[in-house]
Amino acid sequence: MSRYPDLCLNPKECVCQEMGTVDPSIFWTLLFKGAFYGMKKREVGEKYCLSGHPTLPCNVLKFKSTTIMLDCGLDMNSTLNFLPLPLVQSPRLSNLPGWSLKDGNAFLDKELKECSGHVFVDSVPEFCLPETELIDLSTVDVILISNYHCMMALPYITEHTGFTGTVYATEPSVQIGRLLMEELVNFIERVPKAQSASLWKNKDIQRLLPSPLKDAVEVSTWRRCYTMQEVNSALSKIQLVGYSQKIELFGAVQVTPLSSGYALGSSNWIIQSHYEKVSYVSGSSLLTTHPQPMDQASLKNSDVLILTGLTQIPTANPDSMVGEFCSNLALTVRNGGNVLVPCYPSGVIYDLLECLYQYIDSAGLSSIPFYFISPVANSSLEFSQIFAEWLCHNKQTKVYLPEPPFPHAELIQTNKLKHYPSIHGDFSNDFRQPCVVFTGHPSLRFGDVVHFMELWGKSSLNTVIFTEPDFSYLEALAPYQPLAMKCIYCPIDTRLNFIQVSKLLKEVQPLHVVCPEQYTQPPPAQSHRIDLMIDCQPPAMSYRRAEVLALPFKRRYEKIEIMPELADSLVPMEIKPGVSLATVSAVLHTKDNKHILQPPPRPAQPTGGKKRKRASDDIPDCKVLKPLLSGSIPVEQFVQTLEKHGFSDIKVEDTAKGHIVLLQEAETLIQIEEDSTHIICDNDEMLRVRLRDLVLKFLQKF
Amino acid sequence: MPEIRVTPLGAGQDVGRSCILVSIAGKNVMLDCGMHMGFSDDRRFPDFSYITRSGRLTDFLDCVIISHFHLDHCGALPYFSEMVGYDGPIYMTQPTQAICPILLEDYRKIAVDKKGEANFFTSQMIKDCMKKVVAVHLHQTVQVDDELEIKAYYAGHVLGAAMFQIKVGSESVVYTGDYNMTPDRHLGAAWIDKCRPNLLITESTYATTIRDSKRCRERDFLKKVHETVERGGKLWARWPGGAARGSSRAGLPPPLQVLIPVFALGRAQELCILLETFWERMDLKAPIYFSTGLTEKANHYYKLFIPWTNQKIRKTFVQRNMFEFKHIKAFDRAFADSPGPMVVFATPGMLHAGQSLQIFRKWAGNEKNMVIMPGYCVQGTVGHKILSGQRKLEMEGRQVLEVKMQVEYMSFSAHADAKGIMQLVGQAEPENVLLVHGEAKKMEFLKQKIEQEFRVSCYMPANGETVTLPTSPSIPVGISLGLLKREMAQGLLPDAKKPRLLHGTLIMKDSNFRLVSSEQALKELGLAEHQLRFTCRVHLHDTRKEQETAVRVYSHLKSVLKDHCVQHLPDGSVTVESILIQAAAHSEDPGTKVLLVSWTYQDEELGSYLTSLLKKGLPQAS
Repeated sequence: MSRYPDLCLNPKECVCQEMGTVDPSIFWTLLFKGAFYGMKKREVGEKYCLSGHPTLPCNVLKFKSTTIMLDCGLDMNSTLNFLPLPLVQSPRLSNLPGWSLKDGNAFLDKELKECSGHVFVDSVPEFCLPETELIDLSTVDVILISNYHCMMALPYITEHTGFTGTVYATEPSVQIGRLLMEELVNFIERVPKAQSASLWKNKDIQRLLPSPLKDAVEVSTWRRCYTMQEVNSALSKIQLVGYSQKIELFGAVQVTPLSSGYALGSSNWIIQSHYEKVSYVSGSSLLTTHPQPMDQASLKNSDVLILTGLTQIPTANPDSMVGEFCSNLALTVRNGGNVLVPCYPSGVIYDLLECLYQYIDSAGLSSIPFYFISPVANSSLEFSQIFAEWLCHNKQTKVYLPEPPFPHAELIQTNKLKHYPSIHGDFSNDFRQPCVVFTGHPSLRFGDVVHFMELWGKSSLNTVIFTEPDFSYLEALAPYQPLAMKCIYCPIDTRLNFIQVSKLLKEVQPLHVVCPEQYTQPPPAQSHRIDLMIDCQPPAMSYRRAEVLALPFKRRYEKIEIMPELADSLVPMEIKPGVSLATVSAVLHTKDNKHILQPPPRPAQPTGGKKRKRASDDIPDCKVLKPLLSGSIPVEQFVQTLEKHGFSDIKVEDTAKGHIVLLQEAETLIQIEEDSTHIICDNDEMLRVRLRDLVLKFLQKF
Repeated sequence: MPEIRVTPLGAGQDVGRSCILVSIAGKNVMLDCGMHMGFSDDRRFPDFSYITRSGRLTDFLDCVIISHFHLDHCGALPYFSEMVGYDGPIYMTQPTQAICPILLEDYRKIAVDKKGEANFFTSQMIKDCMKKVVAVHLHQTVQVDDELEIKAYYAGHVLGAAMFQIKVGSESVVYTGDYNMTPDRHLGAAWIDKCRPNLLITESTYATTIRDSKRCRERDFLKKVHETVERGGKLWARWPGGAARGSSRAGLPPPLQVLIPVFALGRAQELCILLETFWERMDLKAPIYFSTGLTEKANHYYKLFIPWTNQKIRKTFVQRNMFEFKHIKAFDRAFADSPGPMVVFATPGMLHAGQSLQIFRKWAGNEKNMVIMPGYCVQGTVGHKILSGQRKLEMEGRQVLEVKMQVEYMSFSAHADAKGIMQLVGQAEPENVLLVHGEAKKMEFLKQKIEQEFRVSCYMPANGETVTLPTSPSIPVGISLGLLKREMAQGLLPDAKKPRLLHGTLIMKDSNFRLVSSEQALKELGLAEHQLRFTCRVHLHDTRKEQETAVRVYSHLKSVLKDHCVQHLPDGSVTVESILIQAAAHSEDPGTKVLLVSWTYQDEELGSYLTSLLKKGLPQAS
């Protein structure tokens, strides 16, 4: 059933119906350009998908003539095709054989190397950017960031597309996002690599390469990492926002971030006007970890709910993964081995450190050193302690004592946890084995982790434990094979799983759900698991990379303000119990996408009669609209009224549909039917007006 | 007539006991709930019986908002909520929520334990009161109920201080609490957007003062401290009146020890940062001590609430947390007797009790020493006495303490000065301004200035006096897009300045107001349109055939009605917009033609105009 009543009632409105789906604000811009014609029928909300990665989204929403980019995720899976960047000269990696075609042609052997049965690009690693061709990104008005993982492509967008808008994000998202970018830039810049391979990207050559290189998409758009200068410039375009802050965009749209429960400062966004509401749910969690819990109630009554960033490992339970993590860690260390945890410098690491804080004494690990190595390790640990308002309730109450909200402060104080900017410097003096090392990057292609893989890979005493879900651990390990060290896969992804999603959707009841196509079918490897997809009614609308989607709602109403003077002059009349009507004639003013109604101007005083009038002054303005009439005229009462007003010699004739009232003396006839009255008279204006007023007495004005 | 009513229960033409009642669109909000430091009888708390004499406060008040943790803004809160009885929500920022109970407890201890007051609120009451607190984050829109919303803005002044916007529909009031428009050593400047409230309630502590730059005062302060501990020299004494006493003391031997009585939170941290950086830059060796207990804990709060401090501290806190002081060490009682130079920060700030008073008694007799009072002191305190020049103090046990040490006053309180207040009024663009938290005489001056410069009304009610502002809120309704577009399409007319008349029907059902086209209103109500049509006969002398008459009518109308759509239809009739004109032969007179002009009620003006125009006859064909 349609939520809104149909609009078109009358041929008069046919013109409007033609444009019925055009948003008035879009309409405005067109008007100013003077182009009234050629307007295409279109929906009011449009969504452009620029990233096909469901957890690293980048979408553009056009809503009420505002162009809003939702997230700016960077797909780093492309880096898995590249050789790792070793911090210390690695003879193994530098002496790999070049790769040659089946026919022995070796013209690619400088760019491509063969390593344990796989082919890798020997070059500075490159990233797969969001689509930049689908729409002109310089027209993007605002970018809304949902969490620090989903803003990694920001410098590419804000610095290279002519973008002039504003980015909105919470303070933790910005600060930790900056740390992630800083780490990334640092990892890549501190291992300068002269070579930038491009030959293999040629379409004709790429066809000849083995998988997965052959199947890599959009390789021509892959880009090298940005610089710190670009990062700083991009971040300077961000405006900080707080949860439940209402931000007005051009008076047309209001956006509001809500806690999403996934990470420090992570947010879902409400994008709404007075009559339409789009919820953007990206990277949300219902588990109780360190962030503030997810705000579900505010998502209710959405026309459209865009759902992205669900768990990447729907079959793994984060709690049991943490348990497995701890027990594997303890087991390895007790046997004298080292543990390597490839990780991001913020996020799950806080939870892992908290678990270990509770676990190490009981597991007898209190003498084992824990190292956290990252150029931003110190900043990350410090920042985590100052964002009290973004934390869960338990952690918030700690700052009232006042105590640091995270126990890693104590681990650092007691020297159980040490942090270093890199393996160079102090670390090499302090390094004791066996130990546990947390370091990046989880792709194993750059960062200090590369060194530890090379160092510990040959011993079966050691263990690498994968906790970050972003990369396939087998692919990440490929260039290090053969490997003696144990590999444990404990992906911890606290984002919503499908059971939680269906519960959430039942709770908030959006009219329509829009999601990446991956969520509308079971995972390819588990096609029988129909429980691993979104189940909702009506079925979710899906999108894929480089697709434009019309959002399924039509706008029917717009807010308008009736000024108090006008409101005072209205005369409401009760039509039915509880329903009143008032006819409104007013002047419409529209400014900054806001509409107001003011009382009509008083008729101009007749200017001194001496002025010569031009003929055209008398011509009435046909734009003055008169109300519509409704009701019917009871003939007998009408005749009585006529008589009361001095008409005599009245004759009434019955017709098929009604009556004819004849005023014989005045040579006038009045046809009265159920829904119409026709007064036919000679040109006697006085008479006509008298009759009109008598007829109007019986009718209601609209 | 809707109106906004404001009644100060405290801080009306006065400083202290801030408590302001606001009624806006049927909602009642209490702003701050402070105590008065100058009284210890009933007058120290606002007179809550004013709010309601019979009913429960909770029924009357929709919420209470606390702007910051200073006791003159929150000191009466446990009394109000637990002893008078209020169970509704109390809103404050997170740092205020963290620090306010500590100060309340401190206040309680002094009142009950030291002064032995009975019938005061208990520790448990403070805890119970704090349970009613809801934390508000900056810029977050908090929905108190379906209609009432509040929003906090950064106010500087002290850690966690906030200004609050209270909004119902399109009506709003902004309450500034205490604020500071210039960033200081540890906090940023107050900021508000152009929210155009109906009323801005602002503090006016420094209503008539334009203060010298903070840098100067800081330099003065550092110079005094430095000279005292290092080598002495020329000293400039500045008294509360502001007059410099000159260098009359130049001949004195260099003093050694500096006592700075402070309250644990706020100015203490600012002055510590100031001294810390100065010590570091000058490589000074004299020790700085901070009296123990509360203060160390206080610094922890600052470390954890870094996002509330100024930009510089926020930017550099990872490398160096400004609240981890290297040069400032915990004070031990025994240090007071050691002879060497030192600087000691000690609580409380008005020298009325505790450690600061103890140290003062020990050092007061030595003219080489100095006490610097960095803030305002309430009458009756030792601080107030020595600042007003008293040099012989009567202590308990009839003992008389002769004060030989130098006494200095330095204003470090972080309130906006007159310039800052004007700046904030300019930022928020209110329709009216109301002054509180200041002295009547000075308010008068500022009121005039505001009225002159901003052309808005300015009020300064005394306690218990009510200011009533009529408001005229506009009424938001939903307009159907079809109707709006139809009107906008007419906006295509070249004369854009000409006001466009919109005609529609407002349907009011419960509280749902919708403005739709008349056609839609009819349809929604299941009513049919009643068409009212007029046809007039105009007799015209014309011997020619009807068709030719019609052509003449057409060309005549075409020439007169240039802006209208005049058409000659194939069936011989002429239309002007929707008005139909047909020519017919007269049944009796062949030299006369009858023009039938037909129009609907909606086109009445044009129809009636046409008939009168045609009645004048047609111009002779030339």
